[in-house]
Amino acid sequence: MGQKYLMKGNEAIAEAAIRNGCMHFFGYPITPQTEVSAYMSKVMPKIGGTFLQAESEIAAINMVLGAASCGIRAMTSSSSPGISLKSEGISYIAGSDIPCVILNVMRGGPGLGGIQPSQADYWQATKALGHGDFQLIAFAPATVQEIVDLMGTAFDLSDKYRVPALILADGMLGQMMEPVEFPENKGPSTAENKPYATTGTKESRKPNIVNSLYLKPDQLEKTIVERFKRYEVIKQNEVMVEEYLTEDADIITVAYGATARVVKTAVDKAREEGIKVGLIRPITIWPFPEKSIAEAAKKVNNMLVVEMSMGQMVEDVRLYANGQCDVSFFGRTGGIVPSPAEVLTEIKKLAGGAK
Amino acid sequence: MAEFKKTKGLTDAPFHYCPGCTHGIVHRLVAEVLEELGILGKTVGVAPVGCAVMAYDYFNCDMIQAPHGRAPAVATGAKRANPDNIIFTYQGDGDLAAIGTAETVHAATRGENITVIFINNAIYGMTGGQMAPTTLANQVTQTTPYGRDVTRAGFPIRMSEMLSTLEGVAYAERVTVDNVPNVRNAKKAIKKAFEAQINKKGFSIIEVLSTCPTNWGLEPVEALKWLRENMIPHYPLGVYKDNTEKGVF
Ligand SMILES: Cc1ncc(C[n+]2csc(CCOP(=O)(O)OP(=O)(O)O)c2C)c(N)n1
Ligand code: SF4
Repeated sequence: MGQKYLMKGNEAIAEAAIRNGCMHFFGYPITPQTEVSAYMSKVMPKIGGTFLQAESEIAAINMVLGAASCGIRAMTSSSSPGISLKSEGISYIAGSDIPCVILNVMRGGPGLGGIQPSQADYWQATKALGHGDFQLIAFAPATVQEIVDLMGTAFDLSDKYRVPALILADGMLGQMMEPVEFPENKGPSTAENKPYATTGTKESRKPNIVNSLYLKPDQLEKTIVERFKRYEVIKQNEVMVEEYLTEDADIITVAYGATARVVKTAVDKAREEGIKVGLIRPITIWPFPEKSIAEAAKKVNNMLVVEMSMGQMVEDVRLYANGQCDVSFFGRTGGIVPSPAEVLTEIKKLAGGAK
Repeated sequence: MAEFKKTKGLTDAPFHYCPGCTHGIVHRLVAEVLEELGILGKTVGVAPVGCAVMAYDYFNCDMIQAPHGRAPAVATGAKRANPDNIIFTYQGDGDLAAIGTAETVHAATRGENITVIFINNAIYGMTGGQMAPTTLANQVTQTTPYGRDVTRAGFPIRMSEMLSTLEGVAYAERVTVDNVPNVRNAKKAIKKAFEAQINKKGFSIIEVLSTCPTNWGLEPVEALKWLRENMIPHYPLGVYKDNTEKGVF
């Protein structure tokens, strides 16, 4: 600890995963996250870990299912179109209560879209990462350091609740270089304290079965209801949110990830001009910081949601603002990052009618 | 003479397979081999999607249930996690040769040190008898009601032949279980495939020509006859590759 490295986001992510005990990485190339694989391929063979370039994203996520079923920390990473392919495996992993970490360095979509930064996978990440009733714990870091710090949290919470964790970054974070500090290396994870792990019975216990199939509807319902009880505990205990200058604010902006950095700059500029504006930055987008939004909505007339999409998180903000204030939206999409000046203009429009 | 007993390799759960279906025989052979090789305690099986989807209830070892076709990828992950464990997949033809072709070919070409038990019954059993990649020319199925027209639906695929061209494959043999000598031979092949894995020689696959009396619309004994008369000519039995001495790397 203490030493700072200047590193690309994607490489820092890989190093952070290794330091958190992840010795098994399965990936498939796609811009803008390829450096994660490249880094893993360089380091893993030297430390006795696994880097495997799978034949597809579908195979990669299922390799994660196989490895993580054996009780060790396993990870895969991709970008938007690749995450769509992984959605089958993600649903099975969630349905089998197997922990793992999945990284999405988002690019513009739909379809092949583009390769520039985007936040157009918020709905996918929080509402529909595969078929069936399930959630992932989803983190939305805003700096390279935060990605590094959240990697440990993602693995720990995933293990604790047996719910897969998603880190939702974007091309900007993946590609930017920033100084970072890493935690101590925890050493390779083991199957210790993982009673479900398929490591062989040694003929001394009953077979462990990792499975997501329940042909009897009442049994399937039971497992889902049990899983949602765990989700409820996660919602109570694991929300992470940053509130910036919200105390005396007349206007609240809401943004996550790299966009939140742009918005923060705009907030500072607005403050210099005497406009009392604050920022709520969800760090976990699932569980969503419902309470922060609900409380703030009672105190202001306007909220402004800024995203690199046509507006996805804005629906959650409207839901939890629950009609207590106006919620407007500003977004750029297709791989365009909104500028602080654009956001400032939007803030000023609202300030005209502020309390 | 040795007493005929239940193998330790199987649990007490009764099979759900249809009367006359040969899935059950193959289960028993795999289980006996695991027991005889003394590897039950370190084996992890991967169950497919298909009629054998509930194989996880039957084998007396740790089991993972994979998405349709993805068993070789799941097995790859499990093997990489614990290289000393013995990992096998048990897959039907729809699973292995249609949706999971890429996973199968690439696990094989990587020389993944796993054993694949491949049940070829020339049809999709579980979903009610649709055409499989292995369905014979002119064979009537639910989705080839006029018989498989190869000009529209393509030709039946020979997986053992195809896979045996790949360098990563240590052992590939096609067997069947239509009579006692063939059952004995199938067991020998399965044992050899697991031994190849124990000795870290590379990817091994045993293709078992199997019956689906229910979806073929035949009595169990007629089904065996149909298998002999129609499947074996197209899918000849035998060893397609044996690199178990040298290994693939
Ligand atoms: C993604 C997906 N597609 C389709 C299915 C439906 N499905 C279940 S079993 C099966 C066919 C299995 O046939 P085969 O592998 O030949 O095994 P058999 O039932 O004959 O033993 C299909 C298509 C599924 N479960 N998942
Ligand atoms: S449907 Fe066919 S393959 Fe499936 S159990 Fe019945 S006979 Fe066997």
